[in-house]
Amino acid sequence: MSTDLASPIPLEGFLTVAAMLFCVGVWGLINSRNAVRVLMSIELMLNAVNINLMAFSNYLDGQLIRGQVFAIFVITVAAAEAAVGLAILLSLYRNRETVDMERFNLLRW
Amino acid sequence: MSIASTTQQICFVVLSATTVVGSLGVVLLPNIVYSAFLLGGVFLSVAGLYLLLNASFVAAAQILVYVGAVNVLILFAIMLVNKQETLAAIPGLLLRRLLSGAVCAGLFALLLRVAFTTAWALPGPPPVGEEATIRIGEHLFTDYLLPFELASVLLLMAMIGAIVLARRDVFTTDVITGEPADQGLIEKERTPLLIETTTPEPTLLSKP
Repeated sequence: MSTDLASPIPLEGFLTVAAMLFCVGVWGLINSRNAVRVLMSIELMLNAVNINLMAFSNYLDGQLIRGQVFAIFVITVAAAEAAVGLAILLSLYRNRETVDMERFNLLRW
Repeated sequence: MSIASTTQQICFVVLSATTVVGSLGVVLLPNIVYSAFLLGGVFLSVAGLYLLLNASFVAAAQILVYVGAVNVLILFAIMLVNKQETLAAIPGLLLRRLLSGAVCAGLFALLLRVAFTTAWALPGPPPVGEEATIRIGEHLFTDYLLPFELASVLLLMAMIGAIVLARRDVFTTDVITGEPADQGLIEKERTPLLIETTTPEPTLLSKP
């Protein structure tokens, strides 16, 4: 039974994929000029965190799959964040007539 | 898991490659519409990774919420703000990109070190497999009931907030004249701070 349920993929494989996805998301978050792309990078980072949660839930917490419940909550918050973020972006675009992040400098010191 | 282990490994490699290459494309491609479609591909391959992790319910939720809602929302936002604008060049942009790339590579190295040097308590308890959906339901209605209800309140708040933020025309009555006034236009006139370059619109009177 244990050989049947033992996963052929190591846990570190999933962690590596999640780390790469997270780092690409961070890089895009810092370097994107387009505000929509910033929101997409945030979604990438949230997905990386979700992969981590699911991997830990499957490998270390197989009976009480609390990681999956957490992932569902993260998906909920991500959906709400995307809706509000894109609404803010639309409002910003209406006021500034641009989506260039370098020109959103009203709060710069 | 019913599929063979070699098949699982092949699926894992293919899905990981799709995820990473797709995310690089999301960040690096100049055309943002291609980025949005690649983002959908990344979400789909992450859902495939969830299937490999015995989580069919969360994979279905991922496809429904991310591919079906978030990605479509992003595509709509792109098409709403899709003005072709030439971005002004910034001095030191390449240096900034290289520096942030180095920082991200360092973060990646740190995460890899953590992942490979930590002694995980493996093998853990056997995964529940197909019963995962039942367990999630039990969790959501027993010990995670309060976060579940709070999530509904959060979604309601997000919906109302998005409507209020994105609504274009707020018709109110003017205080002075008592006539209906366009709140957005009033705010735009009163706060010229928000507009950098005001080009005077050619009116009918100024035209020859």
